[in-house]
Amino acid sequence: MIVTTEKLTKRYGDRAVVDEVSLSVRRGEVYGFLGPNGAGKTTTIRMLLGLVQPTSGSARVLGEAPGTPKALLKVGSLIEGPGFYPYLSGRDNLRVHAHRRGVDRTHVEAALEQVDLVGAANEKFRRYSLGMKQRLGVAAALLGQPELLILDEPTNGLDPAGMADMRDLVRALAAQGQTVLLSSHLLGEVEEICDRVGVISQGRLVAESTVEQLRGDTVLLIRADPIEKAHVLIEGSELRGDVLHVRETDAGALIRTLVHADVDVREVRPLRRTLEEVFFEMTGVA
Amino acid sequence: MGSVKAELLRLWKWPATWVLIGVWLVMSLTFGYLFNYLALNGGTNTRDLSQQQLISSMQPENVGAAVVRGLPMFGGAIILVLAALAVGSGYGWGTWKTTLTAGPRRVSAMAGTVGALAVIVVVLVALTFLVDLGAAITVASLEGWDWSLPGTAVVEPLAASLLIAAMWTGFGVFLGIVTKGPALAVGLGLMWAIVTENLLRGVGALLGPVESLTKVLPGGSAGNLAGAVGGSGAPGVLNDLGGTTAALFLVGYVVFFLGTATLLKVRRDLV
Repeated sequence: MIVTTEKLTKRYGDRAVVDEVSLSVRRGEVYGFLGPNGAGKTTTIRMLLGLVQPTSGSARVLGEAPGTPKALLKVGSLIEGPGFYPYLSGRDNLRVHAHRRGVDRTHVEAALEQVDLVGAANEKFRRYSLGMKQRLGVAAALLGQPELLILDEPTNGLDPAGMADMRDLVRALAAQGQTVLLSSHLLGEVEEICDRVGVISQGRLVAESTVEQLRGDTVLLIRADPIEKAHVLIEGSELRGDVLHVRETDAGALIRTLVHADVDVREVRPLRRTLEEVFFEMTGVA
Repeated sequence: MGSVKAELLRLWKWPATWVLIGVWLVMSLTFGYLFNYLALNGGTNTRDLSQQQLISSMQPENVGAAVVRGLPMFGGAIILVLAALAVGSGYGWGTWKTTLTAGPRRVSAMAGTVGALAVIVVVLVALTFLVDLGAAITVASLEGWDWSLPGTAVVEPLAASLLIAAMWTGFGVFLGIVTKGPALAVGLGLMWAIVTENLLRGVGALLGPVESLTKVLPGGSAGNLAGAVGGSGAPGVLNDLGGTTAALFLVGYVVFFLGTATLLKVRRDLV
């Protein structure tokens, strides 16, 4: 495991912002940390990076205590937007960061290339578009070839093209075997990119599994005439108004059965819960 | 060392660093040489300064005193602003977050900031010395005075200048960390350096204990050290304490300000 937390808790007064969260991130996976705004994602991540001290519970990052130099040097992070000096160029900002991480200039150029910012590297950070700023943040996170990349809402504020670019970048990193912990409230983003998902709501981790497992089995929707006859013919089917729902994956066999029994089949299509539906169920957000 | 290099790179390329140093150099030249030169050549009111005092204050051999006398109040205020901005701005820009997740321990990150500010302050004092020396030589040459370069005695006022500058730097760092932003830190710092201590000195004329206190406050200690090493004729310069006592108070302030700021930086959550 790259990251493990055990009943990690942060309280501000009586309010538990993060409440006994136990999660695990495996090497080589893209882990989606999913939750509505204010659910406790960023506070959890800040605890993993040592920026915030937990009230109780524990965490290990790459086998080390969070926030120690040993852990931090193996982690690249982008938390709640990039934090850079506005008067410095993108390249100089990375040079400053490289000094702190103890890596040489060649890493700076490699990171700029990786996020496709070489052409704008000498422009002042304050003149960057939001997308360029986020990419520079990812470049800083990549300095020193970290074993774990923590990206907190990396597509926040980006336009659709910028979001697509960021997703492509994360996908490319994942394809290279990079472990990524990606926090987001955008379900489509998590569904597209992540191998496993942890869902946090009101400070508590309410689910942790693969996206497939979260979405559950596929259901077949069938429209047929007469529908009552089809309902009797298909064992275990559920009649919902004028359609049938069947937990069955062999659609061909079902259709053959109905046709042989003189039932007119008008529509057969798979129905699958989206991650959005699952998310709303779990978090109570609508 | 990486933290010092990082901070030095960003402070060196920060326009605010050079604007503040430039403003200080212009002030130092204007109040230390230009006005005195104009007063010497046709000024109708030279306050309580005799012609001989004006000439002495502009002699190249007295340039050390010229450097130190500006630092207890206005020079100190500028250094405080620089330090408060350098530390406080990191909260608004989010650069503290980037710094503290980059790898170094929090103590090392703070040491990097303080170390880089120390280099900048040394540069500021050195530039003040060189610019003042250039001005003094120019005036002496224009006036046809016999002049000589400062001897080894200049070390004392320059060392005092560095200690005073270190205290104001520490004060600025402390305020930047405590207020977690540049605006309040700069506002409070300027008010303290230019207004509060002067008001207290006014009250001190009526209340003995307050008068004793004002002598050892940050600005008072700085003023007393400046006075003890030959600085005179500038706002904030005092002659109430011995040089060693004033220097010890300043060292105490440096330790207190930087120690408290570091402790807060290490222990506080960064949210």
